[in-house]
Amino acid sequence: MSSDTVLEVENLSVDIAVPAGTLHAVSNLSLQVEQGETLCIVGESGCGKSITSLAIMNLLPRKAKLTADKLALEDRDLLSMSESEFAKLRGDRIGMIFQDPMTSLNPVFRIGDQLEEVYIQHGKGGRKEARERAEFLLEKVGIVAPTERLSQYPHQLSGGLRQRMMIAMTLMCDPALIIADEPTTALDVTMQAQTLNLLRSLQKEFNAGLILITHDLGVVARMADRVMVMYAGRAVEIGSAEEVFDMPTHPYTQGLIDCIPVPGRTEPGSKLGSIRGIVPALVGDLDGCMFRNRCDHVSDPCLSGDIGLTEISAGRAYRCHLSPEESKNKLSVEGAACP
Amino acid sequence: MPDTIHPNGLEDQVDEFEIAVPSPPELMRRRAKSHRGFIIGGSVVLFFLAVAVFAPVLAPYGPYDQELTKRLIPPVWDAAKGTWDHPFGTDALGRDYLTRLMYGAQISLMIGFFAAAVSAIVGSTIGMIGGYFGGRVDNFIMYLINVKLALPGLLVALSLVSVFGGSILALILILSFLFWDRYAVVTRSVTQQIRVNDYITAAQALGTSRTRIIIGEVLPNVMNQIIVIASLEMAVAIIVEAALSFLGLGVQPPTPSWGLLLSEGRSYMFFMPYLINFPGLAIFFLVISINMMGDGIRDITAPEGRN
Amino acid sequence: MAKFLLHRLYIAILVAITVSVIAFSLLRLSGDLAAELAGEDASEEEIAQTAKQYGLDRPLYVQYFDWAGDALTGDLGRSLFTNEPVVEMIFERIGVTIKLALYAIFVSLIVAIPLGVLASVRPNTLIDRMALGIAVFGQAIPNFYFALLLILLFAVNLRWLPISGNDSFANFILPAFTLGLGAMPQFMRLTRSGMLDVLDSDFIRTARAKGLNPRRVLFKHALRNAILPIVSLMAVVLGFLLGGTVIIESIFALNGVGFLAFESIMRQDFPVVQSIVFILSLSYIVLTLLSDLINAQLDPRIRLG
Repeated sequence: MSSDTVLEVENLSVDIAVPAGTLHAVSNLSLQVEQGETLCIVGESGCGKSITSLAIMNLLPRKAKLTADKLALEDRDLLSMSESEFAKLRGDRIGMIFQDPMTSLNPVFRIGDQLEEVYIQHGKGGRKEARERAEFLLEKVGIVAPTERLSQYPHQLSGGLRQRMMIAMTLMCDPALIIADEPTTALDVTMQAQTLNLLRSLQKEFNAGLILITHDLGVVARMADRVMVMYAGRAVEIGSAEEVFDMPTHPYTQGLIDCIPVPGRTEPGSKLGSIRGIVPALVGDLDGCMFRNRCDHVSDPCLSGDIGLTEISAGRAYRCHLSPEESKNKLSVEGAACP
Repeated sequence: MPDTIHPNGLEDQVDEFEIAVPSPPELMRRRAKSHRGFIIGGSVVLFFLAVAVFAPVLAPYGPYDQELTKRLIPPVWDAAKGTWDHPFGTDALGRDYLTRLMYGAQISLMIGFFAAAVSAIVGSTIGMIGGYFGGRVDNFIMYLINVKLALPGLLVALSLVSVFGGSILALILILSFLFWDRYAVVTRSVTQQIRVNDYITAAQALGTSRTRIIIGEVLPNVMNQIIVIASLEMAVAIIVEAALSFLGLGVQPPTPSWGLLLSEGRSYMFFMPYLINFPGLAIFFLVISINMMGDGIRDITAPEGRN
Repeated sequence: MAKFLLHRLYIAILVAITVSVIAFSLLRLSGDLAAELAGEDASEEEIAQTAKQYGLDRPLYVQYFDWAGDALTGDLGRSLFTNEPVVEMIFERIGVTIKLALYAIFVSLIVAIPLGVLASVRPNTLIDRMALGIAVFGQAIPNFYFALLLILLFAVNLRWLPISGNDSFANFILPAFTLGLGAMPQFMRLTRSGMLDVLDSDFIRTARAKGLNPRRVLFKHALRNAILPIVSLMAVVLGFLLGGTVIIESIFALNGVGFLAFESIMRQDFPVVQSIVFILSLSYIVLTLLSDLINAQLDPRIRLG
């Protein structure tokens, strides 16, 4: 691990007790984030991507149980920390932006209070410095008349503005890692692009690691340095953004990519790809490939046993028993069949 | 990608991923069986009901039988004076206390049940009408509810009893007046929510009359809530009846209402505390078990609204 | 905000007028007032003359406007029993009742809010069950029976507190506790369920993600939101407690408005009863308006919306 590694996670699993048994929300997940790097975690809802982010923040619901071989933020071992030690890092070294800006700010306090509070809590300075820092960051996130905005309440701001406030709030203490969980899903389309650009430029400027969680491959294409595709609580494919987009190796990734229209290639009026079937329930003992009920290339090895990650090159891996060549061939055949 | 055909005949594999979901009635039965509060509460209520219904058979004496030579006999566990002839002792007029308590259950349950039922009918009707019609009708009904809330209920009830007397029928009607508002508030808001549903619109499009829509489509949807409120209001009605009788403005002596028993026992409570403890505890246990049953019904019919 | 409050005020005035009509009718329901005033063995002629003297021969609506007009100038008529002005009788005693209601609400809040918060932070644990148990107990025990038990224990057996009277603070302890216990479960449940909702909300997750210390999350971010419905309930309960003093004041012989109401009902002194009904209704209306104002102050969404 290089000294620039901000976050290192090894074999993270999250189990949640539900009435029907144990739900394996996340299984044996490993990931790394470097300084200034953007890792996109992509997958459909329920695949465990949000749970992963809450696990890293130590904000899991009480019923969820976390296990991991390693969980380190800037070389600090998070697993051995008490909750109060961890709380000192949250908001300071690691910040989080949530999906819905309409409900993520406390409705009864002024925006300014909510921003300054982080700064003061983490002992970065007094009320006056906090106010200056807040005004500075509001300008950074492109808000005109910051002083005025700081004395307003959340309901007086639009969704886009609130999400910028959330971004500014995360940056108050200059964190090493930012986790953004579907930060633009709740915004309208015009605001989405603006907010993403802002997030990207600020991340580079502040040289923070960014984990961006999304279900939208368009967002991944725009933002990611590296991509991790998650399915049913597992990483099914990891690699740099170009590698994954140019040569998707896992059938699920291929399916996902088939679902996006490509300007110039997809004919108007033609049918886009879709992945049939539904995500399996992750309750009880899980065996074999989780994607097998939706996959077109199922064969005996998919049905049982543990299908591990196969490493193709450094930082590039996938979880399927097909070899990269095999899957590439099948993909091209499929691709030909698909208009 | 093909959408319909499943390759390789792996349907069995798909099944393994699904969880069997029990039907709603089956779920309710299961929840009822495992809900301790409901079972305990329900059993105690049934016990009181049985005592009330079979009081004439079970009770050792008549409720009005006096034996002035046997006044204020303590309960049987009093080593010196207790006797099995009067297990719960006798009151100041030598009447068997157990007998009077048993007949008291009749009064409490009857008044509680009918007050809750009448107010349920009145309140729910008002609430459903307001919620269904909206607009001016609803404004008027909100105004009625506001007026009701502003009046000091207990005081008005006391005044009305003093005017109309403490007959059981009068008490039921007066208590109904005290409790209709909560049904109205709840059914009104539930009706507002379901009024916009497609099946209501469909019924309207078919030309179904409003009364039929309210009874046929709206009422079944608010029934669960009405039953839950009714059970809780019945408990309150029982307490209020006892309170009115305790103040001497409810059921009139010598009728054995628990509230009246408490008020008669009050003069002797320093020496004979059982005279207030028996009727007090009777009210307490009946009310607490009705509440437990009501909470149980709520949990069983709508577990998502538990907190 | 101004529009919202004006609307509330309009409703409040409408309700107040209706209540005054109801209170006025209460007096008429009680029977032939003139016969009552003239005395028991008055002849028909005497009754007719009394009716004329008091204006009772006029149409009812004229009498109502007459009464309402007087009420607006602070004249609520005279007691049939003592012939004192009703306003004076009530104002002599209302202090005791207000004190009792305030103590009671204080008792119930000081128990209910911490208990509700604790229960919501640790749902389904021992402390939650205990809180629920206390609430269930408070809801099911009839307050007149509980009052007698307290008297037996603290006044008779332990001799710590006086049984009755209204001279000192000690006189208020048992009544306030009895009355407060009755109101406590509602506050407890509302605090608990409100806190559970709030603690589950996104902005609390944000607050935790900011690394705020748990006490600050709980008491600043969560309780401040959960308190809003409690303020509304406080107005309702305070209004309810004022009415509930009828029982408690008569048991503890506190000489407040509740006791006066009870006595007046017993001796069919309806001018006094109707005035108390009217004044308690008015105070409920004012209290709810007040709670709207306080809520608007506490919740910027209303204040600035």
